[in-house]
Amino acid sequence: MGNQPKVLMFGWEFPPEISGGLGTACYGLVSGLIENNVDVTFVVPKLYGTEETDKFRLVGANDVEVTFSTPEFQKNLEKVKYMQIHSHMMPYVSPKEFMERGEFDIDSITQIDSNFSTAKFDFGGKYGKDLLGEVSKYAVVAMQIAKDQEFDVIHAHDWLTFPAAIMAKEISGKPLVVHVHATEFDRSGESVNQEVYDLERRGCEAADRIICVSRLTRRILINRYGIDGGKISVVHNAVVPKPAKIYPKRNLVDKKIVTFLGRITFQKGPDYFVEAAKRVLETMPDTHFVMAGNGDMFLKCVERAAELRISNRFHFTGFLNYFETNNLFGMTDVYVMPSVSEPFGITPLEAMRTGVPVIISKQSGVAEVLRNSIKVDFWDVNALSDTIIGLLKHKEVSKQLAADGTHEVNEMKWEYAALKVREIYNKTINRRRSVRI
Amino acid sequence: MKKICFYFQVHQPFRLKDYRFFDISNDDQYFDEKINHDIMRKVAQKCYLPMNQLLLDQINSHNGNFKVAFSISGVCIEQFELYAQDVLESFKKLAATGCVEFIAETYGHSLSALKSPDEFKAQVAKQVAKVQEHFGQTPTTFRNTELIYNNHIGSLVYDMGYRTMITEGADHVMGWRSPNFVYSHYQQPDMKLLLKNYKLSDDIAFRFSEQSWESWPLQAETFAHWVNSIPWNEEIVNLFMDYETFGEHQWEDSGIFDFMRELPNQIINHSQFDFVTPSEATEVLNPISDIDIHNTISWADAERDLTAWLGNPIQDDAFDSLYELEELVKKVDDPKIKEDWIKLQTSDHFYYMCTKFWSDGDVHKYFSHYDSPYDAFLNYMNVLTDFEERVRLAAGYTLKDTEIHPGVFENFKKFLPEGVELS
Repeated sequence: MGNQPKVLMFGWEFPPEISGGLGTACYGLVSGLIENNVDVTFVVPKLYGTEETDKFRLVGANDVEVTFSTPEFQKNLEKVKYMQIHSHMMPYVSPKEFMERGEFDIDSITQIDSNFSTAKFDFGGKYGKDLLGEVSKYAVVAMQIAKDQEFDVIHAHDWLTFPAAIMAKEISGKPLVVHVHATEFDRSGESVNQEVYDLERRGCEAADRIICVSRLTRRILINRYGIDGGKISVVHNAVVPKPAKIYPKRNLVDKKIVTFLGRITFQKGPDYFVEAAKRVLETMPDTHFVMAGNGDMFLKCVERAAELRISNRFHFTGFLNYFETNNLFGMTDVYVMPSVSEPFGITPLEAMRTGVPVIISKQSGVAEVLRNSIKVDFWDVNALSDTIIGLLKHKEVSKQLAADGTHEVNEMKWEYAALKVREIYNKTINRRRSVRI
Repeated sequence: MKKICFYFQVHQPFRLKDYRFFDISNDDQYFDEKINHDIMRKVAQKCYLPMNQLLLDQINSHNGNFKVAFSISGVCIEQFELYAQDVLESFKKLAATGCVEFIAETYGHSLSALKSPDEFKAQVAKQVAKVQEHFGQTPTTFRNTELIYNNHIGSLVYDMGYRTMITEGADHVMGWRSPNFVYSHYQQPDMKLLLKNYKLSDDIAFRFSEQSWESWPLQAETFAHWVNSIPWNEEIVNLFMDYETFGEHQWEDSGIFDFMRELPNQIINHSQFDFVTPSEATEVLNPISDIDIHNTISWADAERDLTAWLGNPIQDDAFDSLYELEELVKKVDDPKIKEDWIKLQTSDHFYYMCTKFWSDGDVHKYFSHYDSPYDAFLNYMNVLTDFEERVRLAAGYTLKDTEIHPGVFENFKKFLPEGVELS
């Protein structure tokens, strides 16, 4: 029994419309679960119509008709209110009242019946402004979804979906698994957003079981959120298998190229990459460095490279699309991920899949599982530059790392990760059942 | 009679197109033909054509008593050839009046004087050749890019045979002295300097259409009165400005053309002033003193120094990266590389990278087609990376790695995963 659990899963994005790694990870996990005969209904705030609906059962919260008029709904709305999500719509009963109070974003109601008893909501999706408002709207719609759907367990990915998942649990009484891909400490260093932190903690506390993408993240939950380590499991991410297509090098063809690809934010340690570049260039003056991505440290890195007088060897591409990313990997000799704090870190795996040797920081979750890579402390600029030089100069080492790495990554299948997740579902469901009896 | 001297700077850069990292090694067409064409046509219609006609009419109707001077950058003349033959013809007509002096400058409107005397001289020779070709004059007056001047540049220009040079009457070098005299280079008494009267120049160039200005709307009669009111012993008023002031910076509806149509009459008939060109001025007036300008001055921004183009890290790194290539470029005999080399030196590229965002930020933004100085910088560096590749290839010169300290590889070994060995 319980071998084919039905899962109601809450995510925030799903390919192809994604802006971060979360959507990619969800895609991989759901695919793996399907291969393991798990029945998944995946909810996102908004569907774009470009998703693979033949393969996945997807629900867009924007398509769900919410019934307001029942007393039950009112009672539960009070619980959402209790979560103190800063949104103007929570304390009221019907869209009519929302409008009468003049505090509600009327534009986000896309359909409403004449009695103001049912309505549909629009979602911006992505990570735009009024994110917390979207999060609470999502929670309201989740109550309806939990009523409409049939499932054994709820699975929620990161804080944006936690209020929705908590409400679904309230409505259905089904067990909740929350999946932590990143914490507020990874995203913001020490300057955490208190509201986000509170939601993360509330989600973890409400959860029957927690899945972390690395031991690193597990430790953060224990140390920073006071979560009982006994209910946290670690399931490392995997990679969606893709034929390794090698793109021919079209730029700076006869030059060595060292690449950083990711958000240019504190978390990713871009500044250490700039400093390491300077050191490499002191002995290898014709090496080129590429920093791909955007972020709040972008201008700082541009300025720093100029101060170090390496701008003619240090290139900024801005945000790259899928095709350009592959192009960049195709020309890259060494990929570097010097993250200060990285819950997992999927990009080095993508680099390895295209045959690029990688240097990653010890402070990344992916370092816990990856064998065929070079691991340094993010702050050790000497180690970073010495290993870059080493890989550029010792082609046989680069080749071996690249070949073994490609093989290793191709073995990191979502199917295996999903198997662990299925075990977690079954244990959680069974435990809940035994408690009830 | 006292002298009044109008000099106009005429310049348009070859603006770069949007050049991305992935264009490096694949695209050696750096300049945005559409933007350059469109801007040239726009400025031609709003400024060059109507203003040239206005000046021609004034010269003709005042029987040679109205005179002006131009310095037109080589890259601007090149764009006349490409996009504005009509403008070129109208300048030729002005040249034919004998009342218009054409001034020497660098072909690329570059900052080469600050970096490379050789490059500087070569570019001046190239611009002079262009002036000779189109306007039948050999310039005898020199004006460096954006009035950039210091003692060293003065010496360079003197050595090139010029005896008249135009620069800024910047407060911080003038002190109590008035710009309304001819001065001389600190070591060469026969190197005469004409200094811009920035107060009166900026009344026309910047304040003319400012409605909050107490003197708005400015009438030619009032302006002539101001000119006439300079102290009794002062000898010359130098009005130096961008030519685009007329119709482009100050729009036609501000009345700027009407003002300029009336001003010659007011000066010639109702003042103690004669119009002169720069070389005429230094022929008849003697220097009142020498002037020692150690720190570089210019006419840009409130600081009147180099900070519009150089001084922040991105400007400096771009500038030095460019001139690092000079030696190699000199070895190459590829005409396209030589052309690009000059166009990439144009000072505007560095002006776009200026991050001074107080009072002058607005002016910089007005003249820039980029969203931010950093965009301008990154775009320029992408182009420069491609240019460097081409130059190195043509020169057959590759950079060699230096010997790597054995400690580097010792350290590298420590980080290798199990089973991987250095051979």
